Amino acid sequence: MRVTFTVNGSQQTVDDVWEGESLLYVLRERCGLPGSKNACEQGECGSCTVYLDGSPVCACLVAAGQAEGRTVRTVEGLSDTGLDPVQEAFLDAGAVQCGFCTPGLIVQAHDLLERVPDPEDAEIREALAGNLCRCTGYEKILDAVRLAAARRTAK
Amino acid sequence: MTDIQVTSPVRDGVGASAPRPDGTLKVTGEFAYASDLWMDGMLHGATLRSPHPRARILSVDLTGALKLPGVEAVLTHEDVPGAKLYGVDHADQPVLAIDQVRYQGEPIAVVAADHPETARRACALIRVVYEVLEPLTDPRRAALDPSYEKVHAGGNVVRHQPIRVGSVFEADVVVTGEYEVGMQDQAFLGPESGLAVPAEDGGVDLYVATQWLHVDQDQIAPCLGLPPEKVRLTLAGVGGAFGAREDLSMQIHACLLALHTGKPVRIVYGREESFFGHVHRHPALMRYEHGATRDGRLVYVKGEIILDGGAYASSTPAVVGNAASLGVGPYSVPNISLDAYGVYTNNPPCGAMRGFGAVQACFGYESQLDRLAEACGLDPVEVRIRNAISEGSRIATGQIVDMPAPLTSMLEQVRDLPLPEGVSTDLRDLPGGVANSTHGEGIVRGVGYGIGIKNICYSEGFDDFSTARVRLEVIGEEAAVLVHTAAAEVGQGLVTLKAQIARTELGVPNVTIAPADTQVGSAGSSSASRQSYVTGGAVKTACEAVRERLLELAAKKLSHDGLALSGGKIVSVSGIVVASVAEVLGDDVIEETREYRHRATAPMDQLTGQGDAHTQFAFCVHRAVVDVDVELGLVKVVELAAVQDVGKILNPIALEGQIHGGTAQGLGLALMEEIQVAGGLIRNPSFTDYLIPTILDMPPMRLEILENPDPHAPYGLRGAGEPPTLSSTPAIVAAVRAATGKSLMRIPVRPEHITGT
Repeated sequence: MRVTFTVNGSQQTVDDVWEGESLLYVLRERCGLPGSKNACEQGECGSCTVYLDGSPVCACLVAAGQAEGRTVRTVEGLSDTGLDPVQEAFLDAGAVQCGFCTPGLIVQAHDLLERVPDPEDAEIREALAGNLCRCTGYEKILDAVRLAAARRTAK
Repeated sequence: MTDIQVTSPVRDGVGASAPRPDGTLKVTGEFAYASDLWMDGMLHGATLRSPHPRARILSVDLTGALKLPGVEAVLTHEDVPGAKLYGVDHADQPVLAIDQVRYQGEPIAVVAADHPETARRACALIRVVYEVLEPLTDPRRAALDPSYEKVHAGGNVVRHQPIRVGSVFEADVVVTGEYEVGMQDQAFLGPESGLAVPAEDGGVDLYVATQWLHVDQDQIAPCLGLPPEKVRLTLAGVGGAFGAREDLSMQIHACLLALHTGKPVRIVYGREESFFGHVHRHPALMRYEHGATRDGRLVYVKGEIILDGGAYASSTPAVVGNAASLGVGPYSVPNISLDAYGVYTNNPPCGAMRGFGAVQACFGYESQLDRLAEACGLDPVEVRIRNAISEGSRIATGQIVDMPAPLTSMLEQVRDLPLPEGVSTDLRDLPGGVANSTHGEGIVRGVGYGIGIKNICYSEGFDDFSTARVRLEVIGEEAAVLVHTAAAEVGQGLVTLKAQIARTELGVPNVTIAPADTQVGSAGSSSASRQSYVTGGAVKTACEAVRERLLELAAKKLSHDGLALSGGKIVSVSGIVVASVAEVLGDDVIEETREYRHRATAPMDQLTGQGDAHTQFAFCVHRAVVDVDVELGLVKVVELAAVQDVGKILNPIALEGQIHGGTAQGLGLALMEEIQVAGGLIRNPSFTDYLIPTILDMPPMRLEILENPDPHAPYGLRGAGEPPTLSSTPAIVAAVRAATGKSLMRIPVRPEHITGT
């Protein structure tokens, strides 16, 4: 089947999509956007989190056909120039180790800070509860979100 | 050799929280992990696995799979051109099953097709006729009952290692316990993946996520019937490892399919397959008897540790060595009779996971120390202080600890840290969280302690080395360094550290890290908390050799004696800058390759376990504070405080990340993580049913990091990644015991263990 959707600001038409493919598969294997990660492909780890019409979703749980006519924004499209403050904060806080969870966490944290510019720790934890990280124990990820919030509100 | 202390600090050298060279790519999604690799015309591989833990294979019919459009190859053991068996330690594991299967998930056939779904469907069309046999799943019988049927013809005991010290096994106070550790999974997030590309010379290039490129090469090449130089490996991006990538997974399969089809073949496991596709942490059955004086000083320890290695040996021998040699913990024990066994069963194969062997034993001996404290009426910290080793003490193997071992002060320090505030009134901080299962009723707080000892680097006489090639030249009028090793960056930050070391040793800010591959000598494994030590040591040594040649060159070109390198400049004896590095180099290129070995270790005596088996010991101590809903059996860890001695802090932010992450994996083992196996079958191969800690499960972690240098190690450093994984588990369980009064002999602790229902 053919799927047409907008990804990171540009319209994409993808042909020969098998109906069983997920949005994640189409992004990674057919659109050249492997930034969204394939850690579980069952909606448990959050590593494939992308914006779908402005809401964060697990791209592995969205059938490719469900993306028809809709707007997708991935970690590759968070910033037009340089790094987004959330990406910068993940680097500066040491929140990146193996990095496989990082794209999903960054999209999820980006969404949190869009909605709640100055979140309490408990709000950060709740917002990121669907994103698994195996390397960091999450301490530096909390630091990163706090840092990104502080920098964004200071601007 | 000029002995130079680089006095002028270079930016982002050793000791700084230097930024990761791969960091920007990782936050923008551009970093190429093994599962991201892609080539025009590549095929996708899939693996048919046994549904049975033990069966004879009566026939395999590939007809249906071969007929499916899009399928380009379907291979079985008959298509393996070289050695049919491989293994990281013993070659006992078939590349593809031969006439029988020994565990659920054992690979039987592999398929290459034009779409991953086509490959999976082709697997489903392969008809295998099995004669299903009763699986052998009792590790205690495998260890101790000679009449038990055998998983392999050579017998079920992979290794039995006794420790025998002294002869006094009577004491005034005796405490006993039988403990059990469930099967933990490494649960890295980046699934097993790689891309094999057939080469014009008849060989193959493999891009893969692994922990040790050269040991993969050593295992792959014989099975392909190729010389090692025709099997070239390059490290692809690795999404975490934690031991699970020490053993091969898809490597040989992808190479076989690529060579057979003449096309690039990528294999990417899904999460369910990943649970079957790598080894796990050995489950353990442990019996301990500790004898002590009335004032809590240990007289003897008797112990038995049975580690279930499952169907194949993997790294079981080394796991047994650690469990035996570190089986009484960081305590001075004058009399020991301990037996550690690693056995074959038809359970899932188990091998390396962070802290292996030492993790299991630590839960046992630390639980025993708490029992002893109770029996003697002592505080748990006090009983540990009374028995802790220090520099100059002997461990169970008779080896003298010839490096700082400040356990007493570490215990005092963690005990004296301020405690967190009392039970919160915020629902989100309580056990059960926003599930709204309590508003504080039934909540009891507990505090517990744990301490562990881990050997760093490979032990027991293994020739443990790493290789580094360092190149210094002028690029764009500036001095530039290229560091090339085969060491696997698995997330720990070794790429950052290698650059820091080069900057410090050569004073050159511009350092590039070459991709890790087999075009340079082996670096050994990213395991055993060893890469900072061994590959760090190799980079340091190679840089020193480059520095020596640079100064020779400077002496020749400048006709000047007594030159030194300081702050990236060539300076005279009086400290006056006479030239820049770039000026000295000109068009010359200096390249040196060096191997680095830590001091040799010795095997353990087969009957007594005595011997200087380890090169370095590392220690971490944890204090856990928990709130337990004693009515529902739910636990909320309120805080984890750790004190760890790392010898020398090389990169503070990366180091803290290692301690945090290790602590989290210990929390998982204490409270939630277990591959549940029944009759040899895995019942929870998904992140829905195998739970790892989320950000809601992890408490704030307070760290106190000590720097007591090990005189034998580069910069005085101590390996740091594993020790926190040992001690957080028993600390948390002790805290839950303190809150509930339950004995809790098994981990992970389940709600029903707390409620008794």
